[in-house]
Amino acid sequence: MNTRAAVLALALAAAPLAWGQSAEVANPDAKVEARLKAIAHELRCLVCQNQTIADSDAPLAVDLRRQTRAMIAAGKSDDEIRGYMVERYGDFVLYKPPFNAATAVLWVAPGLLVVGGLAGLVLMLRRRKTRESAPASPDPGKLRDIAALLEGDSDPAAAGRRRK
Amino acid sequence: MKALKYIVPLAIFAVLVVFLAIGLTKDPRKVPSPFIGKPAPAFTLSLLHEPAAVFSPEQMKGKVWLLNVWASWCVSCKVEHPILNEMNRKGVVSIVGLNYKDARADATKWLKQNGDPYLLSVWDIDGRVGIDYGVYGAPETFVIDKQGIIRYKQIGPVTPEALDKTILPLLRQLNG
Repeated sequence: MNTRAAVLALALAAAPLAWGQSAEVANPDAKVEARLKAIAHELRCLVCQNQTIADSDAPLAVDLRRQTRAMIAAGKSDDEIRGYMVERYGDFVLYKPPFNAATAVLWVAPGLLVVGGLAGLVLMLRRRKTRESAPASPDPGKLRDIAALLEGDSDPAAAGRRRK
Repeated sequence: MKALKYIVPLAIFAVLVVFLAIGLTKDPRKVPSPFIGKPAPAFTLSLLHEPAAVFSPEQMKGKVWLLNVWASWCVSCKVEHPILNEMNRKGVVSIVGLNYKDARADATKWLKQNGDPYLLSVWDIDGRVGIDYGVYGAPETFVIDKQGIIRYKQIGPVTPEALDKTILPLLRQLNG
């Protein structure tokens, strides 16, 4: 019973380390692993394209993690590591694509859509407001009906009532 | 002015349709290689059949050649293999094989079974050279010119269509 509790405690203590595949290296260095984790979450696994290399178990992702680990150990900066990946796999490997001619539409379009949508909304609301506050223009047909009603007021019955 | 009410949403819809239509014609699996027009990365690897001997791409300077990434575990490699065999038989171009993350015994056995179209194969057990070439799945084939510049990358098997429409015309142009 005691050993079971000890194993459980150990497993719980190790849980934060067990992101993906901590078994890849025998003695993970916490600092290196933390940096690797940060970088790996920004890099796309090209085999399973909607996963980062941190999340993926594909052989390529394992290789790229190993490569990243080696580069961290060699004292490379995060930018150098990202640059290394982009050089080989293109901008697509970055989950956050850089702003350049090819990606300008991608970056600018959402902003333009929001601004355009807001402008349209403001315009519409303003037009509705002016329509509501303006006095209703008299409809000639209705005027005629009202006039007829008033006229009808002098009908015999009403006149009789008035006489009483 | 009233027509605008209908034209604007229609125009937005039309733009959306155009973008989606363009998106449908593209294969997201085919990531454009940043290597096109750049020198083939240097490496030195031991040969698959002769562990003592090595090969590096400089040895191919002055020749147009193909670097074909293959492995015995790679299913699609079997699909393109007859085409490579045929190219070799006709002497179209020299093909160097990059045996990618494979066991030597498995790889040599696979070549015995399926034919060996390669001038030679190099053995990239840990896939490091593969990473240097931006390989993310076998098979991949690079067309490299006389100056050692990568001119084209075929992702996935070399299909008869890709061969006739792209690779053979490119080889003619590079050799011409």
